Amino acid sequence: MQLAEKRKAYWRRNLRMTALLLLIWFAVTFVASYFARELNEFSFLGFPLGFYMGAQGSLIIYLAIVWYYARYMNKLDREFGFDEGGG
Amino acid sequence: MTDFAAQLRRYYVLYTGGFLAFIALLGVLERFGMPPRWIGYAFLFLTIILYATIGILARTANISEYYVAGRRVPALFNGMATGADWMSAASFIGLAGTLYLSGYQGLAYVMGWTGGYVLVALLLAPYLRRFGQFTIPDFLGARYGGNGARLVGVFATVLASFVYVVAQIYGVGVITSRFVGLQFEIGVFVGLAGILVCSFLGGMRAVTWTQVAQYVILIVAYIAPVAMLSFKVTGVPVPQAVYGQVLQKVQGLEAQIFDRPAEVEARQLFRARADEYHERVMRLPDSLDEEKQRLSQRINELRSSTAQMRDVIVLEKERREMPKTPDAAHERWDAAMRAAAERGAEPVHHSTAFPGRDEAASNTARLNFLTLVFCLMVGTAALPHILIRYYTTPTVREARNSVTWSLFFILLLYLTAPAYAVFAKFEIYSHLVGTSIAQLPGWVSAWGKIGLVSIEDINHDGILQLAELALNPDVIVLATPEIAGLPYVISGLVAAGALAAALSTADGLLLTIASALSHDVYYKMFRPAATTQWRLVVSKSVLLVVAVLAATVASQKPATILFMVAWAFSLAGAAFFPALVLGIFWKRANKAGAVSGMIIGLLVTMIYMVRVHFDAIPWLGIHGIAMEPWLGIQSTSAGIWGVMIGFVTIVVVSLLTPAPGREVQDFVEEVRYPESESAERP
Repeated sequence: MQLAEKRKAYWRRNLRMTALLLLIWFAVTFVASYFARELNEFSFLGFPLGFYMGAQGSLIIYLAIVWYYARYMNKLDREFGFDEGGG
Repeated sequence: MTDFAAQLRRYYVLYTGGFLAFIALLGVLERFGMPPRWIGYAFLFLTIILYATIGILARTANISEYYVAGRRVPALFNGMATGADWMSAASFIGLAGTLYLSGYQGLAYVMGWTGGYVLVALLLAPYLRRFGQFTIPDFLGARYGGNGARLVGVFATVLASFVYVVAQIYGVGVITSRFVGLQFEIGVFVGLAGILVCSFLGGMRAVTWTQVAQYVILIVAYIAPVAMLSFKVTGVPVPQAVYGQVLQKVQGLEAQIFDRPAEVEARQLFRARADEYHERVMRLPDSLDEEKQRLSQRINELRSSTAQMRDVIVLEKERREMPKTPDAAHERWDAAMRAAAERGAEPVHHSTAFPGRDEAASNTARLNFLTLVFCLMVGTAALPHILIRYYTTPTVREARNSVTWSLFFILLLYLTAPAYAVFAKFEIYSHLVGTSIAQLPGWVSAWGKIGLVSIEDINHDGILQLAELALNPDVIVLATPEIAGLPYVISGLVAAGALAAALSTADGLLLTIASALSHDVYYKMFRPAATTQWRLVVSKSVLLVVAVLAATVASQKPATILFMVAWAFSLAGAAFFPALVLGIFWKRANKAGAVSGMIIGLLVTMIYMVRVHFDAIPWLGIHGIAMEPWLGIQSTSAGIWGVMIGFVTIVVVSLLTPAPGREVQDFVEEVRYPESESAERP
């Protein structure tokens, strides 16, 4: 029973983080692109902002999302004692 | 494990140093008069020998080594191998050119092909690694039970991967014929040899270590020329960081060039030509006879006058080459009309998002951009040859880390591609447009000879207008070394990089097809009792047959199959993504739901693509099937419908049929939580 609860708690935290990161992914990808015409009015590092998001900004945020998720989950595994050892 | 990783790192650092020394040596030899052709040969053959050596050293007769490289590829190296696996000939050669031609709209590829890794990391890679078998149909078979889902998975794997592998081998033929002067068909079979030496003896193990080596070559080759061009233009050799200011200069040039009277005139002339062809196409078949008569009449007139013989010969050649049948005339004139209309169209400002004549056209462009990004991302997260790479890491933790590394190594190229486009555009707008056609630089005529650049002085002013210059997208990357005035050794390096990109992707795809057929169909479905040796024999035979088949198709230069590569993403996305994701995150999904969802998703996608793109499939005797796209969404984004309908079908059908049994619940639990593995450990 204790194991089942532990699993539930682990899974809930995993789902919460996954949902949060997917939300960021969605905003960066679809919301920012949807408003690209408007964002292009602003300038960032010499780029029109809408163009910058498509060419660099969103890509760097994707990398940050993937990196953070790996870090978070690897920590969570350890916290719950799911240590695989080795790797 | 750490010793192994340290040893690998030492090998590959040495290897990278050796490769850079090799380039420097060729550079010196070029100074002393080594002819370009030899430099081309040196790059082509030495790199293939290198891949072959790795392939032979990594040969194996162990099933786990053959299918998943023994599951001991450290995260960093799996990231590099995935990068090479992922970045194909199209990414390497075509992407920068697409960005050059379509500006902001092309960024859909840049975002789609990188953002898909967020889905891989969050929704698939760790769970597939925990499952820890050999192929993607394997997962479907284990999760949904029976052979139904597995079989649909095999079909979709082969469909998406075969089209893709043909395009890679075609790419090898193009590269070798352009840079080394081999005949196209011979180039295709050189490529075939290059692929087989890696995958045949050593399977995934050899492919992995070759792909790491290929990644190093392709990334150096991609970044070096544009870094040098950037240094020449801005004084800073980091193109990704400084192209914002160059983009501003391009915007200034656009404002100057686009409205010049000569440009406006040239565009009008091209549009008039397009209208003329349009009228001719509409009046077929009468117009064909009229054209023939008109030509004959002109020839007779010229003959009886004192005209130059040369003009007569030109016209006679034109008459000889007239299309023979109305159908042929339709095809040729339609193509000519499109080409002229394209040149006559209003030029696109590089950074303008969703250009369109009016608000509605702009909104349609936006919708297509967003749906294309969606399809490319979902497709990325569903292409089997990428997903199986995450079976090869030692642990789930390493699988998670290796997605980070993959995306990092992939970003190096995708952050550079838009910079390539902007630097090339700056050079072309500032140095080419507006100069005398008689004084164009050498690379224009060199690439013009093989049809990648074409110039037509339609307003006869002797000056090159932007509208008069037509570029094939491939030329941007291939010609950048020459545009930047770099020595030939850099061109050879670019060719070697493009070759590495094409071969590494082909390796991965071929192995994926062979594994799906030999492991899933032969071993799991027909002969579960087959011995290990026999499984390897079957796997290798299938690999050989598929490779030869793909090379044969590629040597026919199939135009349609190259176009269909863009479709592979939508197909893979619709077939796999809903079934894989729901299989992990929704215990209630069952076999009936998955199988029907995969089939319906695939069918919807395929039918939409075909009906939007073609009006007839002559070899099947089907005519008049064209339909209006829904909401104006193009065939390349067909996956948006397939994926959505796939999700809905799986949910609805699963809820209408009995819930899956206890063992499936246990299976999902096992895939979700890391502890079962540690519990098994002694």
